[in-house]
Amino acid sequence: MATDPLQKTGPEPSVADTAAPGHLVVFDQVVKRYGDHVVLDHLGFTVDRGQHVTLIGPSGSGKTTILRLLMTLEQVSDGVIMVDGQSLTHMPGPNGSLRPANEKHQREIRKKIGMVFQQFNLFPNMNVLQNITEAPVNVLGLDRAEAEERARDLLQLVGLEEKATAHPTQLSGGQQQRVAIARALAMRPEILLLDEVTSALDPELVHGVLDVLRDIAHTTDITLLCVTHEMNFARDISDRVMMFDKGKVIESGTPEKIFGDPDHERTREFLGAVL
Amino acid sequence: MNYNWDWASVGDSLPLLWEGFKTTLLATVLGTLVAAVLGLIVAMAGRAPSRLVTVPVRAVTEFVRSTPLLVQLAGAYAVFNTVEPLTIGITVLGIHYASYLSEVYRAGIDAVPKGQWEACRALSMSPRRTWQAVILPQAVRNVLPALGNYAISMFKETPFLAVITVSEMVAEAREYGATHFVYAETFTLAGLIFLAASYPTSLLMRKLEKRLGH
Amino acid sequence: MGDFFTYFFDHLPDVWSGLGTTLAATVLGSAVALALAFVFGFMARSGSVLVRGVSRVVVEFFRGTSLYVQLFWLYYAFPLLFGYELTPLFCGVVAFGMNYGAYGSEVVRGALNAVPKAQWEAAVALNMTPAQRMRRVILPQAWVQMIPSFTNLLIQLLKCTPLLWLISAADLTTVVQQMRDRTGETTWAYLTLLVMYFVLAYVLTLLMNALERHAKARLGQHTGVRGLLRSRSAQPAEAAGTSAGGSL
Repeated sequence: MATDPLQKTGPEPSVADTAAPGHLVVFDQVVKRYGDHVVLDHLGFTVDRGQHVTLIGPSGSGKTTILRLLMTLEQVSDGVIMVDGQSLTHMPGPNGSLRPANEKHQREIRKKIGMVFQQFNLFPNMNVLQNITEAPVNVLGLDRAEAEERARDLLQLVGLEEKATAHPTQLSGGQQQRVAIARALAMRPEILLLDEVTSALDPELVHGVLDVLRDIAHTTDITLLCVTHEMNFARDISDRVMMFDKGKVIESGTPEKIFGDPDHERTREFLGAVL
Repeated sequence: MNYNWDWASVGDSLPLLWEGFKTTLLATVLGTLVAAVLGLIVAMAGRAPSRLVTVPVRAVTEFVRSTPLLVQLAGAYAVFNTVEPLTIGITVLGIHYASYLSEVYRAGIDAVPKGQWEACRALSMSPRRTWQAVILPQAVRNVLPALGNYAISMFKETPFLAVITVSEMVAEAREYGATHFVYAETFTLAGLIFLAASYPTSLLMRKLEKRLGH
Repeated sequence: MGDFFTYFFDHLPDVWSGLGTTLAATVLGSAVALALAFVFGFMARSGSVLVRGVSRVVVEFFRGTSLYVQLFWLYYAFPLLFGYELTPLFCGVVAFGMNYGAYGSEVVRGALNAVPKAQWEAAVALNMTPAQRMRRVILPQAWVQMIPSFTNLLIQLLKCTPLLWLISAADLTTVVQQMRDRTGETTWAYLTLLVMYFVLAYVLTLLMNALERHAKARLGQHTGVRGLLRSRSAQPAEAAGTSAGGSL
């Protein structure tokens, strides 16, 4: 498959049309502009449940924006994003019309999504354990004991069980990022967004983080959507790689296809430059 | 509220307030001048090589900075009872604000990159020439917006001079208010004059701060 | 000098009572200021232009009209206008609270804005509600940034309390001035008074340093014990209010 088939090509995408069963994430005609600068240009693609999709492409091609839109850190300028059959961008208005989704509507859908950031973004006012249990207790309503048990299991998964009471500033970048992964997983998201999670790390700390992610990719059924410059990692965990340039998907396929025999000249150039 | 606002007395008191306002402005301008010069001297003394100089200088500025201007004014007025009140007022205002400004100068001097000092050393410039030609011009630029803000702050504290019988604006407002029993009018007027003078100035300072990239 | 100190120590209860008034005005005034600082600081970040505008106007008004005038207005003009007399201490608390609350709101606004946007994003990614983000993530971090500026404002407020003397509240300055009138020992009386204010300012600074250290420790920034004894070079509110965490 060279590009993802869009479910719909009409001018006004509607919720019913794009909600095809099986697709966990649907981007339909998504436009993101900052003033005159178009970052995403009528972008369309889908991600299926359990898929591991990696977005590659030159800096500034809009990869990170896709994750940020999905996490509702930014709002679309136009188009529709669907998550598990529900619109993230729109909600029903009066008389069957649609209007832009409000915070409350987005929060309902956002439950299914977690994110790990390039700069970790741990909360400096909490220790490691509190970072991980904060949202399960206060957002999901878990009782503290249960949340802590979950947190300790996750810390074990990322190999930091002895750091539970440490403060984020006492950890290396790699350790902080592993805590951030545990924190995101503690919410039991269906979709995990990984935004250049190793870019801010010293080279010797990268593999520890990637090992954890590989482990998660191979042992869970979580859907992964990641932006990365680690091509080996992308090859290793992805079911599908999407090549981005200038706000559009120019090529999409299995890692073997994209890294081995890409169709597009731009993809060859990009891979030639980074590999 | 069924108060009978006396517009006539607003008009009558205006010339008096204007006289007082001139004193207020004079005290602010001269006080700022004293503070700017004295503050710089104190900041440079604070960088003297000997602790015999720096420690007392720091102690005195700390003391002046941490004690109330009003008490300083009243004390100076009572002790130097032969000196003209306005002179005392301007001097005390100047000294009080010099203690703040020395800190600003210090930060401004510290903000001059170390390489500038080293370059002067490498060119065998005298200490005097180093300060004059290289360090101070850069430091003063760092300090300018703060100086403006301090002047505004001092402006709003000049009514304290009324305590030592200087007839600045609020003293005039109080006196007129007392003799005609129209405090509401005169104090409201005085407040509005302060606002009218200080708000545009502080807007100007913010603009200056932005332009100098602070 | 002997005369003054003999008189001073013979009349210690008067000193305590004056000190009590000064401290009451400082503490109550700061409490009002703190509350107003948060109210107007949050209003200044509101999405509504109207709310932001109201906050801006109120803050500029209280910053722009001199504290001295505000206090006199409350004491002299307010009773004439509203037929209701306020006690001097009450006037002081309200005037100090509003004036320093206005400066403090700039500190609150600046500190909230200074928390990295990434922290807000991480809180969104964990699906926290706007209230949870503010209370659990943003505010605890902003608070640490506010403390040095609040310390400065607190000292400035303390230094304004001798204004109470002018509206005949029996504060520390009033009491010591009376002793000076009785003894005729001008120099010693004023020096004693200044030293007492200096000590008060230093004690308040130490308390605030301890608070800052505690708050910083919660963010994993451990400061040495020496930091506890450091005096905060007090600056006029005008200068401190313009930048968040404006400690030099």
